[in-house]
Amino acid sequence: MKSILKPLLMVAAMALGISSVATLPAWATLELNVNKGNVEPMPIAIPDFQGGLGPQISEIVTADLKRSGLFAPIDKAAFVEKITNPDASPRFEDWKVINAQALVTGSVSKEADGRIRAQYRLWDIFGNQQMAGEQFFANDANQRRVAHIIADAIYEKITGEKGYFDTRVVFVDESGAKNARKKRLAIMDQDGANVRYLSDGRAIVLTPRFSPNRQEITYMSYESGQPKVYLLQIETGQRELVGNFPGMTFAPRFSPDGQKVIMSLLRDDGNSNIFAMDLRSRSTTRLTDSTAIDTSPSYSPDGTQVVFTSDRGGGSGRSQIYVMGADGSNPHRISFGDGVYSTPVWSPRGDLIAFTKQSGGEFQIGVMKTDGSGERILSSGFQQEGPTWAPNGRVLMFFRDSGGGPKLVSVDLTGRNEQPIPTANYASDPAWSPLLE
Amino acid sequence: MGRIAALTRNPAMIALVAALAITGCASKKTPNSAADLGLNGAGAATPGSAQDFTVNIGDRIFFDTDSSSIRADAQTTLARQAQWLNQYRQYAIVIEGHADERGTREYNLALGARRAAATRDFLVSKGVSASRLKTISYGKERPVAVCDDISCWSQNRRAVTTLSGAGS
Repeated sequence: MKSILKPLLMVAAMALGISSVATLPAWATLELNVNKGNVEPMPIAIPDFQGGLGPQISEIVTADLKRSGLFAPIDKAAFVEKITNPDASPRFEDWKVINAQALVTGSVSKEADGRIRAQYRLWDIFGNQQMAGEQFFANDANQRRVAHIIADAIYEKITGEKGYFDTRVVFVDESGAKNARKKRLAIMDQDGANVRYLSDGRAIVLTPRFSPNRQEITYMSYESGQPKVYLLQIETGQRELVGNFPGMTFAPRFSPDGQKVIMSLLRDDGNSNIFAMDLRSRSTTRLTDSTAIDTSPSYSPDGTQVVFTSDRGGGSGRSQIYVMGADGSNPHRISFGDGVYSTPVWSPRGDLIAFTKQSGGEFQIGVMKTDGSGERILSSGFQQEGPTWAPNGRVLMFFRDSGGGPKLVSVDLTGRNEQPIPTANYASDPAWSPLLE
Repeated sequence: MGRIAALTRNPAMIALVAALAITGCASKKTPNSAADLGLNGAGAATPGSAQDFTVNIGDRIFFDTDSSSIRADAQTTLARQAQWLNQYRQYAIVIEGHADERGTREYNLALGARRAAATRDFLVSKGVSASRLKTISYGKERPVAVCDDISCWSQNRRAVTTLSGAGS
C-alpha cells in the first residue's frame, strides 16, 4: 500500500533548455482547443523513451494521451527517423511526412542514489521547435506516476487545460453472485493500475468519495449493523464514524475546503433530509426539512451552493434535481426534462452539473448548466449511474451494468470518447481524486 | 431460469414458494393455524417459531415501482403478521426495506428506508409495540431475484419482517 500513498519525492519540472534548435518565434503553433465542439484527435508521435525503463514509461504516456480522445498516437512502425538522442533536435521533415503534429522524445535513467530521472521534450513539428522540456526525479516505486505526470504536462502544454492522469480513483470492488455480492473499498490509479483494497468485504460498503485536500475518503458502511457514514484515512487505515445521529446516514460528500461532510440523515418517519457536519467543531447544520427524500448532495466548488436529489415535487417525475444555498436557503428545482433525475454532481470547474437520468427505460449520464439549461446526454445504457468528475472537469467516470455486474466507464464531455476502465472484478461507485500533490 | 436458480439459493424464498403452493392446493385463502398446514404435509414448523412465521404467515410484502404505499395484498399479509407478532411477544423485529435495481444507489437507500418505515407504521397501527420494531434499508444491495426484467424487479421491491431476540 505504501508505494501509492507516499508522496512522490521529486524535484519536479526543471525546464530543459533548448539545445540545438535555433531560436524561433515564441508563439506555439501547436494547440488544441478543447472548447470547440468537434475536436479531431491530434496526431502525435511518441518513440520509445531511451534507457532501460524508457519504453515502459513512454507506453504509459502514450496510453494516457490516447484514452483522452484528444490525441491520436501514430503507429511506431510508420516512424522514419529513429531517435537516438532525445535531447537533440529531431529531423522535422521526417515527422512531417507521417503527419505528426507533435513529437515527444525522452529518456529514463537511474541516478547513483537509486532515484529515477525521467525527462521529456515536446516538439512542435510544423513549428520546427521545441515546445517544452522538463525532467523529474522520483523514487523507484513511483515509475507510473512519473509517466502520468509527463502525460499531464504534454496535455496541458497542448490544450492549455490541466491534465488528469496523475490521479486515483476510489471505488467499490464487487465480486460474487448478484444476490450475495461482496463489496470492498478499493483504490487504483485512474488507468486501472495499482489496485489496493481498503476494506475486507465483510460489511457492505458504498459511495466512497475523496477529500479534496487530504488522504482521506468518506463512505457508507453497514459494519455496525445500521448503515452509517464514516471517514477513512487512506494512509493509516484509521476509521471514524461521522456524527452521532440516531438513524441511517448516507450519501456523503466533502465540502470543497474539506472541512465538512454533507450527507443524508434518515428521519424516523422514513424520509431523508440533508445535513452538513463540520469535522472540526462537530457541529451539524440541517439544510432541508421536508417530508420527501432529499439525498445525493454535492457542493458547488466555491462552497456557496448545494445541488441535490429530491422527490418533493411528487407526481410522475418523481426524483428531480434541486439547487439551494449552502445554508439551505432558496431550494429550487432545475431539472425539467422528460424523466427521473438523480445523483447530481457539481463540476470542479463550476460550470456544469453531471447527473443520472432515467428515461424511456434507459439510464443516461448527462450534464446540464447550473440553472438546468443546456442538458446534454453523454451516454445511454440499460443500467448505468453515478458520474464522478475528473479534476479538470473534462471527463466523467461512472458505472454501467450490461448484465452480470457493474464495470467502470469514462466518457468525455463530447460524449464521443467512451472508454472502459479495466478492473479485475466488477466495480461501482467510482470517485475521482484531485490531481495528486 | 435465472429466477428459479435464485429462488433455490434462497431458503426464505423456497419457504415462501412452498407456502403459496400449499395455499393453492388447499382451496382456502389463509390457513387458520399451523395445524391446518400440518395436515397438508408442510406444517412441520413449530407454532410460534421463526419458521412458522416465514412459512405460514409470510414474512414479506411487495411494493409498486418507486412507491412505499402498502398495497391491499400487503395489508392482508401485514395484518396476519401483526396478529402473529402480538401472540408471540418474545421476538424483537427488524424490518428490512429493499428496492429494485431500477433506481440509483443513494435514492434507493432512501426508498428502502421509506418502505421499511411504512411497514413498521402499519404493524404499529395493528397493535405491535413500536419498541419491538427496528428498521434497516438495504436499498438495491440485497436483491433476492437476479434476472434483468420485471419478474425479478417486482420481487425485489419488498419489505421483509425478520425476527430476532428470543426463540426460533
